Amino acid sequence: MSAPNLTPFRPEIAGTQPDYAANIYGSTALRAPRHAPVRIAQSITETTGPQFRQDRYPGNPDISKVPTGEAQGQRIVVEGHVRDEDGKPVPHTMIELWQANSCGRYHHEGDQHDAPLDQHFQGSGRVFTNAEGKYRYTTIKPGAYPWRNHHNAWRPNHIHYSLFGPGFATRLITQMYFEGDPLLKYDPIYNCIPDEAARTRLVASFELGLTEPEWALGYRFDIILRGRSATPFENDQTPAHAHAHAHDHGNH
Amino acid sequence: MPIATSSQTIGPYWHLLHDKAWSDLTRFGATGDIIHITGTITDGGGNLITDACVEIWQASPPVSETFEGFGRAATNAEGRYTFKTLRPTPLPGPNGPAGNSQQAPHIALTILARGLTKALTTRIYFHGDPGHETDPVLSLIEPQTRRATLIARETKPSVWTLDIQLQGANETVFLEI
Ligand SMILES: [Fe+3]
Repeated sequence: MSAPNLTPFRPEIAGTQPDYAANIYGSTALRAPRHAPVRIAQSITETTGPQFRQDRYPGNPDISKVPTGEAQGQRIVVEGHVRDEDGKPVPHTMIELWQANSCGRYHHEGDQHDAPLDQHFQGSGRVFTNAEGKYRYTTIKPGAYPWRNHHNAWRPNHIHYSLFGPGFATRLITQMYFEGDPLLKYDPIYNCIPDEAARTRLVASFELGLTEPEWALGYRFDIILRGRSATPFENDQTPAHAHAHAHDHGNH
Repeated sequence: MPIATSSQTIGPYWHLLHDKAWSDLTRFGATGDIIHITGTITDGGGNLITDACVEIWQASPPVSETFEGFGRAATNAEGRYTFKTLRPTPLPGPNGPAGNSQQAPHIALTILARGLTKALTTRIYFHGDPGHETDPVLSLIEPQTRRATLIARETKPSVWTLDIQLQGANETVFLEI
């Protein structure tokens, strides 16, 4: 094996990631820390991370059916490119997916929404990017579902994504939304990302070229993971700075 | 230049991914200094968090055919996470092998849950390790009394306990990486 790449990953760009505390999203009230996180210099613990072998973690790229039958709903294929902030593909990386069925109900004991379960839809999948960083899977379009964040709150159609990338610092949990969904403008989870362009990048676009005639609609969802930076962080990595940083943001 | 994709909460239904086997980092046959790590997670109201996804990653002992260094656990009905793994050893610091910093043995820990818009990251250190005084991450934490929130204690032989508070008087120190 070659020596691991220990170059740190770049910090986040202001406004493109949600804050922990978000008044519009009620569940953050008791879960968001009051102290700002302490910024640390990345070491081998952060610049390297788990790698998943496909023989141990087999892919499951078609969740639109189970051996006993086909799921109800609108069949879709989703394709995308996983790259880093330098535009370089992230090859052979694991993506985990989970979602509600076409009626907006999760195959999960905690989901008590009064919508039918589908015996042919389990709702989770796993795919790996190929050598060019591209991935593709087949599923059914998830339904919207109510939640109790505020009166008449409904989550827009979405598919949950989990990615690891090359290092512990590139771990990403996100959600893919659908172009044209009228619920997006009312959704606190989507809207807790301050930057509008960053929000919009979570919306998959319908693409006729990906659509398979007589079979499934096609959507594109590209993902960017943090890029490595040759610029060291060492200049402001002192306890005094860390303390000041925490103090500045102490009243979140 | 492309900008990193935004984080969104893992939500309450992430268990569709959950595989209990993943909490045992020795499941591919790793041998060595086997330890268990456990603890509860509570919110700012003192409520146990029973729907969290907890992940750990350790760069030591090094990844091998039998040891992947990664684990995932769900907090149970008592708000408790538990992992079985190998005890880590000291690691080079952020300056790399040529630098002069060494890190005390530690495990990186991430909490993902409903109500967390992005991952919360911290570290588990081991009480009594002489390297804590000079560890480059522990040294950054002020006031010093908060460093204890990252240090697990051996509550039974080979069982290390670290309780985590997301918010409140004894709030755990979280790290921006
Ligand atoms: Fe959801």
